[in-house]
Order: sequence, then structure tokens, then C-alpha cells
Amino acid sequence: MSASTVIFYILSAVILGGGLLAVTAHKIFRAAVFLLFSLIGIAGLYFYLNYEFLGAVQIVVYVGGIVVLIIFSIFLTAESGSDMKKPALVRVLFSFLATAFGCALTLWLIKGHLFQSTVNMAVEPSARNIGRQMLSTTQHGYLLPFEVVSILLLASMIGCIVIAIKSPKQAVAEERKEITN
Amino acid sequence: MNEIGLTHILVVSTSLFFIGVYGFLTRRNMITMLMSIELILNSVNINFVAFNNYLYADKLEGVFFTIFIIAIAAAEAAVAIAIIINLYRNYKSIDINDAEIMKY
Repeated sequence: MSASTVIFYILSAVILGGGLLAVTAHKIFRAAVFLLFSLIGIAGLYFYLNYEFLGAVQIVVYVGGIVVLIIFSIFLTAESGSDMKKPALVRVLFSFLATAFGCALTLWLIKGHLFQSTVNMAVEPSARNIGRQMLSTTQHGYLLPFEVVSILLLASMIGCIVIAIKSPKQAVAEERKEITN
Repeated sequence: MNEIGLTHILVVSTSLFFIGVYGFLTRRNMITMLMSIELILNSVNINFVAFNNYLYADKLEGVFFTIFIIAIAAAEAAVAIAIIINLYRNYKSIDINDAEIMKY
């Protein structure tokens, strides 16, 4: 067993262990921290496959952005120290059966399928090549989806502000409550 | 690199996907359901990167799909958290069973 194999098994143990604990932990804050470990493991897997740019994006967006956002919202909404309500046993049982059968079926299909790799010359997935192709307007460029995604991000940002903002009626009601208290 | 094939990585991503589905089905708390969705999206990303690396090394399509999925997941998480915070403000709960105002 070479060092590379050992590293892969450690990474997959971190990913799967973190994911499993994130969906089964009793405290919501612990679930968020285990999710963090799982996402870092996935970034490590990208680095392992020599996709340095994607690993960096994964760390910046997921670990630095989404998980921090989730932890903030946990502090704003739930009691982070107390246990969550346990799911009903019937639901756990049937969810487990459904996912176990789905997982077994998919793994069986993967095992039986013969994957054929290309014989063409490999392109290095460096930031330079990625940027060149993404922002090109020629046949295999991705400029239009790039612009659409940027508009989507703007729209979702405005949507978040509109959803989360206090309506004037709500603010007046809360003020009245404070005064009466 | 030779010993770890495409199948190894596909096994990891499949397991992660179904762990996420299990969490999505069992959890009743909106924030933990959102975490399960993040796990599912990440397993899909692993698949794209693995296929790009092992089968189509002459193209970069898997990388682009992964980048776009990450961007859309970020937007989705932000909108979902805004909705959750607004629901909490109105109902003082983030349990999925309490959010039934639009049900009927």
C-alpha cells in the first residue's frame, strides 16, 4: 500500500465520518462542525486529484462562506446547546431502508459498469486554462452561463434582503410590544 | 495514483449522497435539512471532478459544472437561510412541521 492510497483512505474516512456524524448528531451546533470537517475532507480530495483551483474554491465558498452562514443562523434561531427532538423510530427505520437499498443498487451498477477513458492528450486543470476557456466566446466557452450565474447571485442577494427585512407593520408591532412590556 | 481508480471515488461519493438523503429524510429541523442538501450537492461535485479526471482528462467540462454548482449552492443557501430566519421571526420555531401556513 503506497502513501497515496493511505492518504485517499484517510480523506474518505474524514468525508464519510464527518457526513455521517453531521446527519446523526443530537446537538445542532455539533452537526455544523462535523459538516465543516466533511467539507474540508472534500477539498482535500480535490487537492489529491490535482484540482488545486477547485480545492481553493471549495474552502473559500463552503468552509469560509456557507458553513459560517449556517452557524450564524443557528445562533440566531435555535438553542445551540440543547438537544434536538429525536426523529420517530418508524421514520428512521424506513429512511435507513430506503437509503440502504438505493446505495446498494447504485454501488452494484457502478461495480458492473465498464468505464472507458479517453485517449486524447490531457489538459492541465490550472487556473489559467480554466479561466481561458470559461471566459472565451468561441465554441466551447462558458461566458454566457458565467454571466447568467452572476445575475442569479445578484438576484438572490436582493431576494435575501427583501425576505429578511422587517416590514414596517412588523416593526411597529414589535415596538408596541416593547412599550407595553 | 494507479491503485486508486474511478470506482473508489465513486463509492465515496455514492455513500456521501445517500448519507445526505438519509439526513434529509430523518431530520425535521430546517437548518439540518439544509446541511443535508449541502452534502448531496458536494457528492455530485466529487462525481463531476472524478469523471473529468479519470475519463475525460482532455476537457475541462467537469470543472465548469463543479464551479457553477458551487455558485448556485451558495445562492440557494443564502436564500434558504433568509427564509428560515423570517419564519423563525414569525413562528418562533424552525421545525418543518410548524411551517404549514401555505399547506392547504
